[in-house]
Amino acid sequence: MTCWETVQAYWLRSLGFGQNALPTTDITLCDQFVLIGSGMLWNLYFGLLALALGFCFAIALALAKASHRKWLRKPAEWYIFIFRGSPLFIQFFLVYFFITTVLRGSVDVFGLFTIPTAWMASAWAGAAFTLFLNTSAYSAEIFYGALMTVPRGDLEAADAYGITGRDRFFRIEWPTMLRLGWPAYTNEAIFLFHATTLVFFSGFPAFQQRGDALYYANYFADKTFNPFISYPIVAFYFIILTLCLIGLFGLINQRLNRHLPSHQKRRIRLRPQLIR
Amino acid sequence: MFEYCAEPKTLEGLTWLSCYLTTPKHMEFYYSFITVMALLVVAAPAALAFGFGGAMASRSHFAPVRWLGKLYTAMVRGIPDIVFFLFFVIALDQGLEWLTHQIRCPDWTEPVRQGLEFRVCPAAKVPPNNASPFVHQAYAFALAVLTFAIVFGAFAANVLKGAMDAVPRAQIETAEAYGMSPRQTFRRILVPQMWTYALPGLSNLWLILIKATPLLFLLGIQDVVYWAREMGASKSARFDYPHGDWRLYYFLALLVFYLTLTRVSEIALSRLSRRLSHGQATRAGETLRKDAA
Repeated sequence: MTCWETVQAYWLRSLGFGQNALPTTDITLCDQFVLIGSGMLWNLYFGLLALALGFCFAIALALAKASHRKWLRKPAEWYIFIFRGSPLFIQFFLVYFFITTVLRGSVDVFGLFTIPTAWMASAWAGAAFTLFLNTSAYSAEIFYGALMTVPRGDLEAADAYGITGRDRFFRIEWPTMLRLGWPAYTNEAIFLFHATTLVFFSGFPAFQQRGDALYYANYFADKTFNPFISYPIVAFYFIILTLCLIGLFGLINQRLNRHLPSHQKRRIRLRPQLIR
Repeated sequence: MFEYCAEPKTLEGLTWLSCYLTTPKHMEFYYSFITVMALLVVAAPAALAFGFGGAMASRSHFAPVRWLGKLYTAMVRGIPDIVFFLFFVIALDQGLEWLTHQIRCPDWTEPVRQGLEFRVCPAAKVPPNNASPFVHQAYAFALAVLTFAIVFGAFAANVLKGAMDAVPRAQIETAEAYGMSPRQTFRRILVPQMWTYALPGLSNLWLILIKATPLLFLLGIQDVVYWAREMGASKSARFDYPHGDWRLYYFLALLVFYLTLTRVSEIALSRLSRRLSHGQATRAGETLRKDAA
């Protein structure tokens, strides 16, 4: 097979389209590049979905944690503690076993109707849900920290102008919170994408060998006894992904900081502060 | 364990549970928690040593060493740590076998890599083929510790490099003015002062290390995750203690274990940070001084 034919045969293999049998002998560099790249689609899917949904939930959690009402604050604090204090690996297993042993394929709602739940045990739903829960907790802590560091002067100014309630939040606190939390949130996004590689090594099995980038890299390393080709390919893809993320989040950061004089702008500094 | 456990099928209630939780298999499960702790105790100083080396290398005045150090510190930023975990275990294993192959079998003519196979001479197998299972396990554990040390060393190198850069420049200049050599400055001024700047990062790293220990499972060690899956899987009536699929409960126990571990560490680390901030020219130190006054 020429490389172009390999691309056509395998580039959607991770989603179940194209040629079904994976290469077992005569594995070429092209095979590895194409299949691992195909697996990256899963990493992208998990990362983007968890990031988008997690962002909204994280803001809600951060607000709940900053709330004066105890019945709002305590659950948020416990949620954040549980998801930040335990390994993501264990969380994947827990969610998977919860779905397979407690929900058992379908849930009966007061004998009125049944909800089928078997689909939840597949990675596209269950693992994405776990990642969403996990990243919400980490991001919520970031946004909570940012909310706590909103300058007092800003809030006093808002009081002086008589801006209260929802207006005060959306016009004063929210933009500043985002601006202050953004560098840390960029890190969180990067490490969330890194965490997506855990999915097929934890509870969620790869259905019909439809796995993510690391799943295929591991497959090739097992088949060829040579880790020096397939893992660097994953590394290559992830470096590209990380650079894209930094670029994108940097643009948003610029927009968030556009009203500030240039010497006050916060540059995004990459620090591996947040991994699970 | 207890005498009344001789006939498990006749037991009920709490006696059943007490017998169930003390079977030899469960003892191995409990033992695996010690494995996790052992990994933490061994890997943390090793990672710190790697990190220190990396931080020193990336501050070196000799360019190739500096590039190596920078590469080492940068590698964990763009690439998922799990890739390194899977990679290093095979790479280290093959590297060791290749080295012993070169030493022990110099006249071996066949290539080591034959198509899809990695073949060294029988004398170069690490550990030797006739070694006891314990040696095999110990070897796997040592490889895992080394892998953890390398990967978390890279994270630690980031933290320590930042801490070394954060020590006020005036301190170094004063040392130079007193005529200290670069080496003396490093040992007597920079290293003692950097810890207070490094502590927040290192505490975070310790928590990350705790949360990374279930990955031992991926490295083929019989750790807590392995045993929780084994013990929790449903047991048919052929077994002494038949039960359904209890993996959820076993993993809940693991969750509690990890939550306790991280919480206790957090409390201990915040105490340590308080102690280290005493008398430091930082905001935390200043707050402590004002509180005392």
